[in-house]
Amino acid sequence: MLTSFLGVLFDGLAYGMLLFLISVGLSVTLGLMNFINLAHGAFGMLGGYVCVLALQSWGLPFFVMLPAVFVVSALAGLVLERVLYRYLYRRSHLDQVLATIGLTFMSIAAATYFFGPLQQPLQVPKFLSGQVSVLGVDLNIYRGFLLAVGVALTIVLTLALERTRFGASVRASVDKPRVAEGLGIRVGLVFQITFAVGCGLAGLGGALGVQVLGLDPVFPLKFIVYFLLVVAVGGTSSLKGPLYAALLLGVIDVAGKYYVPQIGAFIIYAMMIVLLVIRPHGLVSRQ
Amino acid sequence: MFKRLVEVLAVSAACLAAVPAAAQEPLKIGMVVEMSGGFADFGMQMMNGARAYMKVHGDTVAGRKVQLIVKDTTGVPDVAKRVAQELVTNEKVDFLAGFGLTPSALAVASLATEAKKPMIVMNAATSIITTRSPYIARVSFTLPQVTAPLATWALRNGITRAYTLVADYGPGIDAETQFKKTFTASGGQIVGDVRTPMRNPEFAPFLQRIKDARPQAVFVFLPAGEQAVGFMKGFAERELDKAGIKLIATGDVTEDGVIEAMGDAPLGVVTTQHYSVAHDSAQNRIFLKAYAEVSGSSQRANFMAVGAWDGMAAIYEVARRLNGKIDGDKAMEILKGMKIDSPRGPVTIDPTTRDPIETIYVRRVERLKDGKLYNVEFDQFTNVKDPTR
Repeated sequence: MLTSFLGVLFDGLAYGMLLFLISVGLSVTLGLMNFINLAHGAFGMLGGYVCVLALQSWGLPFFVMLPAVFVVSALAGLVLERVLYRYLYRRSHLDQVLATIGLTFMSIAAATYFFGPLQQPLQVPKFLSGQVSVLGVDLNIYRGFLLAVGVALTIVLTLALERTRFGASVRASVDKPRVAEGLGIRVGLVFQITFAVGCGLAGLGGALGVQVLGLDPVFPLKFIVYFLLVVAVGGTSSLKGPLYAALLLGVIDVAGKYYVPQIGAFIIYAMMIVLLVIRPHGLVSRQ
Repeated sequence: MFKRLVEVLAVSAACLAAVPAAAQEPLKIGMVVEMSGGFADFGMQMMNGARAYMKVHGDTVAGRKVQLIVKDTTGVPDVAKRVAQELVTNEKVDFLAGFGLTPSALAVASLATEAKKPMIVMNAATSIITTRSPYIARVSFTLPQVTAPLATWALRNGITRAYTLVADYGPGIDAETQFKKTFTASGGQIVGDVRTPMRNPEFAPFLQRIKDARPQAVFVFLPAGEQAVGFMKGFAERELDKAGIKLIATGDVTEDGVIEAMGDAPLGVVTTQHYSVAHDSAQNRIFLKAYAEVSGSSQRANFMAVGAWDGMAAIYEVARRLNGKIDGDKAMEILKGMKIDSPRGPVTIDPTTRDPIETIYVRRVERLKDGKLYNVEFDQFTNVKDPTR
């Protein structure tokens, strides 16, 4: 009983961490830049395809692939920021939603054209597959790895935002762009880099998620609900909100499916409603 | 006066000239299939299967040129109904065909009845489909039809305690019901069951539940494609096989088109179905060769492509017997009891249910000499009908 509970807790936390990894990029662009990028999933998908190509066709080692994926997705973000996104910053949220959802559909068509409609095959390296038994609980190694990456990433991002000069200029640029500009911060450049980092994170999340979530051209639409769920429930004012939200939703989703599979699929949505009623501005909100 | 006469003559001549032209109208087949969205692969398989048939057997039948009009349902039943309506009213098609998913087939059924159009179901496999319109004939299979032999095979091979996991929609429930019925009728015991949501990215908790229940085997039906891949990965990742749990499934789970995406996970899995690319027959070799040429990609054909091939065979036969003049009621009379020499082996359309009677093969996943995974047939049940009808 207890061991099965611990197993569920572990799986739930790992699943939650995966939700966080694929959503954190969105919370960066949405929370920091107040920009609604519904094409977030497209960058996640790009990361996924780069990951599959890197491992399957180019034969890159797993740990070289991860930074490569980040760089490629960030560069793609950088280019799109220049040619498309920067013109949308000052537009209404509706315009942003329409433009980026359009981009999502384009990405789906493009992925179908280049890679076909099928699921992509991906085998994680041997040392990350299989299970280990700890105190009678079977722990999946890859999920443990996801947890570790999630924790590391959270620490790095939090430090970068709160302790570095760049983090300070990001916060300044968001809160009072004109004043920031007056102080010599190049707001345009700051946004550009922040956006690229957000896209890089999306790609990284996509790459890490392929093993669990699968990868096909509908990826950006299929998981859009989850990104938005995490960000909406967590609030966008800090990275902690989405992290807590993702972990909570992950555990509840897995536990629901394990203990009451008849209604398991709906629990995550019911939970979203409850949490939003209790805390409409998110778990961790700016006062 | 004379001028008037010339005009009349000219008009009549034009009319006369138009008559043979009308007889040469193309034979239009409206394919209602999933060409985009999560099930886009279903549509591609069926379209290429149908094209492969036309490549081998020519694109003219009974003096009429065959025209395939492919419409995308995007996997949504309402869209399926709308495009089928367009095919009937605007394109004036002679046949409706395709239907990868049950909900699409059900949505179009009433339309087939109203328009008296023969509707050839090339894949969708819930039992009830053919009861929804007298103008539906199915050339593919039904889930109870492939599930019952699997339950029988499992019992014969010493499996007495089983768990069931199916996708929570029509075909899944059909499969679950039939497996339980056949399995328990001969002394098997079901130790648990679970229905997984259609939009389900995460199988881990369900798999853990099964692992903790320690059955001898788990019976699975999931629609071919992403869900099957996700499940197989999870099954291997969670080491259910090492815990002594056998995986038995309908052929959808180890479907030929996606099996390569599963790595080594499916090796040794036993499934039942009506078709495998590894089936050894002359017809199958012709089919596979034509399919490869038409699709122009390395992706393998699967049972859906065969369903489309056989559906085209049925349509050609109807057209020949009616000398190219397609009439809904007459077409259905010909379809009832029709025998098709399919790449999967002989198929007969049951005259009473309009569902196929065919051989169901028991297969095991093996890596063959070319280094690829195949469903290798090693046992069979002949002349299987849908047991629920």
